[in-house]
Amino acid sequence: MIRLEDVHKSFGKKPVLRGVSLTVEKGSSTVIIGGSGTGKSVTLKCVLGLIQPDSGRIFVDGAQAKGGDRTEFLSRFGMLFQGAALFDSLPVWQNVAFRLLRGPDALPRPQARDKAIEKLARVGLGPEVADLFPAELSGGMQKRVGLARAIAADPEIIFFDEPTTGLDPIMAGVINDLIREIVTEMGATTMTITHDMSSVRAIADRVAMLHDGIIRWEGDIREMDTTSDAYVQQFIHGRAEGPIAAVR
Amino acid sequence: MGAVESLLAGFGARVIATLAAIGRISIFAVRALLQLITPPFYGREIFNAFLSVGYYSLPVVGLTALFTGGALALQIYSGGARFNAEAVVPQIVAIGMVRELGPVLVGLMIAARVTSSIAAEIATMKVTEQIDALVTLSTKPMAYLVAPRVLAGLVMVPLLVGIGDIIGIMGGYLVGTGRLGFSETAYLSNTVDFLEMRDIVSSLAKGCAFGFIATLMGCYYGMGAGRGAQGVGRATKTSVVAAAVLILAANYVLTEAFFSA
Repeated sequence: MIRLEDVHKSFGKKPVLRGVSLTVEKGSSTVIIGGSGTGKSVTLKCVLGLIQPDSGRIFVDGAQAKGGDRTEFLSRFGMLFQGAALFDSLPVWQNVAFRLLRGPDALPRPQARDKAIEKLARVGLGPEVADLFPAELSGGMQKRVGLARAIAADPEIIFFDEPTTGLDPIMAGVINDLIREIVTEMGATTMTITHDMSSVRAIADRVAMLHDGIIRWEGDIREMDTTSDAYVQQFIHGRAEGPIAAVR
Repeated sequence: MGAVESLLAGFGARVIATLAAIGRISIFAVRALLQLITPPFYGREIFNAFLSVGYYSLPVVGLTALFTGGALALQIYSGGARFNAEAVVPQIVAIGMVRELGPVLVGLMIAARVTSSIAAEIATMKVTEQIDALVTLSTKPMAYLVAPRVLAGLVMVPLLVGIGDIIGIMGGYLVGTGRLGFSETAYLSNTVDFLEMRDIVSSLAKGCAFGFIATLMGCYYGMGAGRGAQGVGRATKTSVVAAAVLILAANYVLTEAFFSA
């Protein structure tokens, strides 16, 4: 279980998180929605320790996220980044097997390669992709490789940062389905941030809306369409009129 | 606030910003040096950094040293002719290349070729979240990205300086014997007899210092890059300028240390 308690973060004089409190149950898929620049990525990065919150507390399975053995802590996580964030200098299989090739439990290279090819197959990519470099792949393939890397070490917790941004609707659907299948079969706890409503409906068990630095609304995916919250209704229907100011 | 106060405030802010930058670079340098002796060590990354900093810099270092040595011989010959000192060409080429021009030119070439490449690569990794990805994959960027490159600078640049010194002297030799009429054996024996161990040690020590500065600046500005293409461009430009200025300043300090007495 992941629990954020009153997390604040400012960049310079600009407050981004103004008291985020959120609980993600073990084995559930929670999607955080919200407009651009509302602090969705910052929230995920605070949990991972990539950004230090100014105040507030973050717990993962009851233990505070900061301090302790960072390697051990991070070994429980997998993350798919918005732009995939593949390492340009490494071939695809070494990107996927990056964690498997390093650290105290490192696998021998042939074994790590086999495991990488197995994970690539899981995201619908053949072994012929293994020796290509990221620059030789399309955006959708890069996202799939990023997904394969995120699940390579069978993590307990997986974060997805805008998993379908920049993809065509068909590829976005493929990625959404893959995420749902993988999450179900691995039983992982996941947090996804997106403003793509088709992703939300495909992936989420629970939805939280981040607006103006706080969790504005939180509930089951089945309650999202019927909630009376004006912010959520404006967002999910993409209306220009409503309480969320649109910058024109 | 009056114009004078405003001027002073602006000056003070710049001084504080400069001191803060010096402090940040110093802390980064200490962390990089400590990382050199702290596991984990990434063998492949170290090998690749050695290749990139050392082997692939050989052509540019060799050509720079060759032409500089040749030009130096011509200058000393024509300048020395004004007071009948043409015969000192081998000695002055040797001392000029080994003590000053070899290390400084190699240092500046490394700043142009290696610092820029390191800064651009790491800055691109930063803006495309590859460094965040490294961290989430339980890998310390200081150990994986910075330490191998700094180690390569410390080890390979002195070697490049040594090679540059030899090629520079050979450039002078080729011009001296081919164009200026020096005897081949006399040129070489004058060169060898004139050089002292202190000259060679100072040259290699400068190479070590310049290699450290060049790679450290590339890593520091790359890791601190701002957003987007502009952030990458700014990091690359600033790293090269900082490396070049620091190399020239360090050259003066090291020359004082070795030869002021």
